[in-house]
Amino acid sequence: MTALESLHLGLTPDEVKTVRATLGREPNEVEWSIIDAEWSEHSSYKSSKALLRLFPTKGKRVVLGPGYDAGVVDVGDGYVVTLHIESHNHPSAVDPYGGASTGIGGVLRDILSMGTRPIALVDILRFGRIERSPRSRWLFRSVVRGIADYGNCVGVPTVAGDIEFDESFERNCLVDVACVGLGRNGALILGEAKNPGDILVLVGGSTGRDGIRGATFASKNLSKTADDERSSVQVPDPFMKKLLIDALLEAAATGLIRGMKDLGGGGLSTALSEVASSGGTGVEVELDQVRRREADMPPAEIMVSESQERMLLMLAPTSSEPIIEILRKYEVPYSVIGRVTNDGNLTIRWNGKVVAKLPAEFVVKAPLIPWPSREPARPGRGRRSVAVRQDIGRSIISVLASPNIASKRWVYQQYDHEVGIRTVLKPGQHDAALLRLPNGRMLAVKGDGNSAQCSLDPYNGAAGCVAESCRNVVAVGGEPIAMVDHLQFGDPSDPEVYWSFQRSVQGMADYCTALKLPVVGGKVSFYNEDSSSKRAIKPSPIALVVGLVRDEKHILPMGFANEGDAVIAVGETRNELGGSEYLRVTGSPDAGSPPKVDAASDGSLYRAVLNLIRSRYVSSVHDCSRGGLAVTLAEMCIAGGLGAQIDLQKVPSSCRRVDELAFSESHGRFVLASADAKKASRLLRDSKVPHSVIGEVKGRALVLGSGRKRISELDVVALQTIFEESLPRLMD
Amino acid sequence: MRVAVVRFPASNCDLDAVAALKDVKGLAPELVWHEDESLGDFDAVVLPGGFSFGDYLRAGAIAARSPAISKIRRMAERGVPVLGICNGFQILVEAGLLPGALLRNSGLKFVCRWTCVTVENRDTPFTRAAGKGQVLRMPIAHGEGRYYLSQEELRVLEKERCVVFRYSDENGNAVESANPTGTAANIAGISNRKGNVVGLMPHPERAANPILSPYCSSDGRLVFMSLVGGGA
Repeated sequence: MTALESLHLGLTPDEVKTVRATLGREPNEVEWSIIDAEWSEHSSYKSSKALLRLFPTKGKRVVLGPGYDAGVVDVGDGYVVTLHIESHNHPSAVDPYGGASTGIGGVLRDILSMGTRPIALVDILRFGRIERSPRSRWLFRSVVRGIADYGNCVGVPTVAGDIEFDESFERNCLVDVACVGLGRNGALILGEAKNPGDILVLVGGSTGRDGIRGATFASKNLSKTADDERSSVQVPDPFMKKLLIDALLEAAATGLIRGMKDLGGGGLSTALSEVASSGGTGVEVELDQVRRREADMPPAEIMVSESQERMLLMLAPTSSEPIIEILRKYEVPYSVIGRVTNDGNLTIRWNGKVVAKLPAEFVVKAPLIPWPSREPARPGRGRRSVAVRQDIGRSIISVLASPNIASKRWVYQQYDHEVGIRTVLKPGQHDAALLRLPNGRMLAVKGDGNSAQCSLDPYNGAAGCVAESCRNVVAVGGEPIAMVDHLQFGDPSDPEVYWSFQRSVQGMADYCTALKLPVVGGKVSFYNEDSSSKRAIKPSPIALVVGLVRDEKHILPMGFANEGDAVIAVGETRNELGGSEYLRVTGSPDAGSPPKVDAASDGSLYRAVLNLIRSRYVSSVHDCSRGGLAVTLAEMCIAGGLGAQIDLQKVPSSCRRVDELAFSESHGRFVLASADAKKASRLLRDSKVPHSVIGEVKGRALVLGSGRKRISELDVVALQTIFEESLPRLMD
Repeated sequence: MRVAVVRFPASNCDLDAVAALKDVKGLAPELVWHEDESLGDFDAVVLPGGFSFGDYLRAGAIAARSPAISKIRRMAERGVPVLGICNGFQILVEAGLLPGALLRNSGLKFVCRWTCVTVENRDTPFTRAAGKGQVLRMPIAHGEGRYYLSQEELRVLEKERCVVFRYSDENGNAVESANPTGTAANIAGISNRKGNVVGLMPHPERAANPILSPYCSSDGRLVFMSLVGGGA
């Protein structure tokens, strides 16, 4: 057996051939391990890179786009926010508590390594049907606790999120964490080793056997024996992370750090090859200087270990002392492990002997894989009429009680969402979270996805995720300024999976281009597939949009505020029940036509709604998304403690059936309440946005009618009870 | 008045406390690293929230045995006002500067939400500015905030007016439904017998600016304003 065979690597036969041909020799065990880690899908983006070029990445506020540890966006007055999103899906499926914790740890390091302070976390979670599956309840409970224990300890508030429950996530739960950082424009630090002669300092946790080949683990399907892969999951240490955050922010403020790179997927292999390659230099490392948790680790394991809470610093040898002093003050361990060279090589020594020598450029450039793609035939797709007819009032109650719609208080109450004293709008309060910035402006943040719609139509579904996130940001008075994405799919070698990936990227790219919304970063996660059942997750692209609110006067409540206000439906409701929560709870989840996006009209819609918010002609704003118009109205009643009387016939629409009007999840819609409907309507008319007064805020019940006919009457307190108690009832 | 905000490893509300204190005229807060010798020179001490030393062993247990706490103990004996917020309260209890213990919340989960607390004793350096029976809106965020004391000691605590803050409804009634963590007698904060050492679970520093409050309130400011004089 050769060294290669004994290593159980994830490299394909073609890749093995490329390596041998390019190097002109047989790499040794350490070298194979380095290449395997960096050429994993997780680190190299070899299946996605070509398509990701479709995203618009430039804009007047973009300081740094994709390709860095985090995207950087100018928010004015010399301040920048950094954005990054990560997932920890495979680790969380095996060890939900540890996997979710270390997922946060990873994304925090990306923000920190730019020299910026992490100020908020956003979690986007996907699980199986918790109503039926004890396993999914266990995963859900443990993931939430993992996020809480880690995020709460490090003192970064978890301010927003999005949760979806669907059968396709039964084995592969998805755990995405995004982080927002705050810093000064001139003080950014990059993950580049630019100066030969600089010393390489490895800071933070010690290197152990946890997370060995985690990047490779993440780059294959979950196997039946996945539970045996626990050693691929890293061990969280939030206390060490908090010390790292405080120490590194203090160190960054000295201006003496010349480069900083976090150690994530691929461990030292990835970090070292990437700092050398992006700095146009080489690195020389004495591996025996790495502090290790276990004495007998061979060099190959040290190179690919993904032990947490580690950071690589590049320092000038003459000015390293102040940094070292700060590390000592916080009792953060460190060791000098090598130096930057100018020979372009990644040279690894072990007890003085060279054990690996590879060109850094070669290591970071995995050959791209052009996968074949094929459109799947879907029986349910395109079927226009859906044979459900059920009492509308009862349907509203079942949709509102569905874990996908019900209040997520059970989750966010476990997260410290206040620490940092920036959180102006808190979880559950509105459509997006709002964070105050030091320059008096506010940053709106929300992450969204919709796998139900994406599985029926990945193009419109993925674009719709961006649209929904934009609406959420607009509803709190924010102008969308940038986005990060996370694309999660099954095995890319399956042509149907790859087709859905292509269509999703195209959908998001087209939408962002039309809206001039730059994508400043993102992440791709493939192999979210269960190898025993051969079932991939539904396509799960996620969009996280941030927006700027100029003035606190522009924050209007989500709930109804005053009796007598006119209720205005903005945007057209179409017969688009496909992928709706209504069809899911009534038992035909794969039927119907899913919503289509209309990027051109969405642009003017957002501008019109923002103008209305700033004009103060409206008193409440809520976006219309999951659950449809009926849920939007119910949520406005619940949030405000007031009822409303609504005539569904007046809704701008092409629908013929009442359930289509009530539950269709068409994009491009908002519901507003206004004390001055005439002025509000005039503004909307001038912007050519379809709209109509559909009723008024009144009493303590949500009364829906169609013309003269009364359809349903639901007491607001009863609605609130259903909305609030659904998750606790399932989970406690 | 110079106020030391003591930073232990993994304190995480330290900067928030400094910011809220700085907003009050007459207060000059400074972040003081727990090993810093200058601690003894300050006029008041705030132990901020967080997870000092990772909450290893028990919340606050390791910080309570640090040299900084020995210094604070001597300052407290001199009558220097000392405020412990959340983890700071846990540290004061672990150090024996305040009686009792803070146990895991009855729901066994971390709880982050806004609460109402009634000021039960205005005769402390941190409640002087409050009105009689004033209800303050402040958020809590902790996993271990269920105050515990034996029935006998609890009676003494009440008799000596050492209960400073009690969870209540918005009208000041300490009803069970207003108790977020199962804490004894709805206790949210207490003082020592002298009244100069106060600990509370809610976060006044998070409730000191109307923009951060869902109720547009700034009740938390009262706690800090009390340091520079009475009268609301």
